[in-house]
Amino acid sequence: MLKIENLHAAVDGKPILKGLSLEIAPGEVHAIMGPNGSGKSTLSYVLAGREGYEVTEGSATFAGQDLLAMEPEERAVLGVFLAFQAPVELPGVGNANFLRTALNALRRAKGEAELDAMQFLKLARTRMKTLGMTDEMLKRSVNVGFSGGEKKRNEMLQMSMLQPRLALLDETDSGLDIDALKLVADAVNALRGPDFSALVITHYQRLLTHIVPDRVHVLAGGVIVRSGGPELAQELEASGYAGVQDGTPSKRSFDGSPVAA
Amino acid sequence: MTAVASTGAAAFLGRHEGLRNRLPGARVAWVEALRERGASAFRAQGFPTRRVEAFKYTDLAGVAGQVFGEPLTSVDDAPALPDATHPRAVFVDGRFRPDLSTLGELPFAVRSLAEALPNLEGRIGALARPEDAALVALNTMLFEDGLVVDVPAGVDGGTIELLSLAAESERAPAFHPRHLVRLGEGATLTLIETAEGPLNARYLHNPVFEIEVAEGARLSHGRVQQEGREAFFLSTVRARVAARATYDNFTLNAGARLSRNEIHVALTGPEAQAHMNGAQLAGDGQHLDTTTSLDHAAPNCASRQTYKTVLSGRSRGVFQGKIHVHQVAQKTDGYQMNQALLLSEEAEMDSKPQLEIYADDVKCSHGATVGALDADQLFFLRSRGIPEPQARAILVGAFLTEAVEAVAEEDVRAALSRALDAMRARQGLAAGLEEA
Ligand SMILES: Nc1ncnc2c1ncn2[C@@H]1O[C@H](COP(=O)(O)OP(=O)(O)O)[C@@H](O)[C@H]1O
Ligand SMILES: [Mg+2]
Repeated sequence: MLKIENLHAAVDGKPILKGLSLEIAPGEVHAIMGPNGSGKSTLSYVLAGREGYEVTEGSATFAGQDLLAMEPEERAVLGVFLAFQAPVELPGVGNANFLRTALNALRRAKGEAELDAMQFLKLARTRMKTLGMTDEMLKRSVNVGFSGGEKKRNEMLQMSMLQPRLALLDETDSGLDIDALKLVADAVNALRGPDFSALVITHYQRLLTHIVPDRVHVLAGGVIVRSGGPELAQELEASGYAGVQDGTPSKRSFDGSPVAA
Repeated sequence: MTAVASTGAAAFLGRHEGLRNRLPGARVAWVEALRERGASAFRAQGFPTRRVEAFKYTDLAGVAGQVFGEPLTSVDDAPALPDATHPRAVFVDGRFRPDLSTLGELPFAVRSLAEALPNLEGRIGALARPEDAALVALNTMLFEDGLVVDVPAGVDGGTIELLSLAAESERAPAFHPRHLVRLGEGATLTLIETAEGPLNARYLHNPVFEIEVAEGARLSHGRVQQEGREAFFLSTVRARVAARATYDNFTLNAGARLSRNEIHVALTGPEAQAHMNGAQLAGDGQHLDTTTSLDHAAPNCASRQTYKTVLSGRSRGVFQGKIHVHQVAQKTDGYQMNQALLLSEEAEMDSKPQLEIYADDVKCSHGATVGALDADQLFFLRSRGIPEPQARAILVGAFLTEAVEAVAEEDVRAALSRALDAMRARQGLAAGLEEA
């Protein structure tokens, strides 16, 4: 269970999250929508433990543990996984080597047997196939020379290899065509089960037709201003954030991007 | 003759004075004359101070202030040897040790300089002139031995190793080997040089290399400087590369308390090439300096340099790189990149690229960066469950990779990767990445 209570966080002394509360029960998938700049990525970074995001008030626990007191790698061992909105490039670090290193670091920390190179490759190839990735992407440096869509798939590959218990997907659907979007959704749905929770940050309702959320929340001005069932996503897509954005009603769809009907 | 406990240039000059009748070639007139040239040049220059432009960032006062022991080393020490992968010449305290060497049958001549000396007139000091550099002058007046390699025209010499060891001792020896390498027209050779010694022994290793690569020949020279942490390593390489010939140098500069790694290459015939890459890894208390100069003295030549420095603890790195393009050297293609990664607040890097271009139709570029580890990359790795020290090591490895991957010769690349991993482990930056 992810439990966020009255979370306040600031970047460079500037308050971004201003009292955010949210609970995700085991087995549930929640979606967060909201205008650009409302603090969605900030929330995901705070939960994953990125430096420079200062929590000034409130708490966040997962599986009964105080997330905010843990190092990023400890959170990963606990099962937290962040799919980055802008995946990081690592020139000089081979994708396969990176993946095996990460997987074995987690397995080691959990007292599980490490995978040798053969076992690893077999697993990676299986997972890549389901994500429509080519073997050649294992040989390249992490995300270097990858297209936007390839980077997002690579994040999903990491997720499906590392098997998190809490996945935070920060706009993983942006820039994906409909086929890639389905593959991403399949990767998430494959993990769904009683011991898996996810927080899906998105602008688009269309992802949520493939990953059907249990709850949808609207984040605006650093707080959750509205929550509802999956139908809320459709409503928002039709009407924009007018009425949910504090003070500044707007008729445009979220960030002005075209919206699939 | 008992050694007086004096220091600095005077001590070395006194040593030359005292040993002149016992050094190799003592009764050979031209050798005596050459040593005399060395002595008078060293007398005139002394140890360069920081007022000398080329030594602005590297202070030799620490070397000058040391008392070094008897230079004529005993020959009975038999230190433990690392495994050899190729035919290998072993030197202990600057002396060739045939008993420890495993050269076998080679298709070319490999000799001890001390033995071959009478036949080397005109060859020693031809490229590395004592008048041009104080450390070469010091070497010239006191060299005792060295490796002489001659690969005849057209011969593929394969790979050989040159291992220089310092013996475990209290003597704080100073040794000044002089190595000569000559490749005939179209010959090829891979030379892997390793300099190492006991972790906590104090000694001075001051090797000078004179390297001639004739037309169309190719020398790949991999160097691993992993001397002990109290050692002083002052090394000079001077290479002359003829038309269509290639000289590849990769230097891993990682050991020693103070290391000055000078590499001077002259491209003297059309279409000659030089690839000079290197990595420096300095831990707490180390000062590592790589100083290169490239003389483009003929048209249509190309040079490539990539140097990477990683500094941790209270350490200092220096890179000075000069590219001199002579007026005749039209269509020169020169590239130099030097990058430093600072892993601690107390580490310091000085870099000084220098282009002097006297031809008008050339392509020359250089760049330098100094920075810390990328916070986003570090967070990304940690967010995937990789502990921070390992994540840092992975990023350090990635930073160094570019320079190592620029090494064309596989034997050299493999040896360097191994050495690099070992040196990183010594500095708490053990290779973080598992192979898949
Ligand atoms: N590293 C940062 N430095 C300064 N401001 C930041 C930083 N990250 C986010 N912000 C600011 O915080 C606010 C929320 O940003 P973000 O969490 O990225 O929003 P969203 O993901 O909802 O678009 C924005 O006003 C943004 O400019
Ligand atoms: Mg965002």
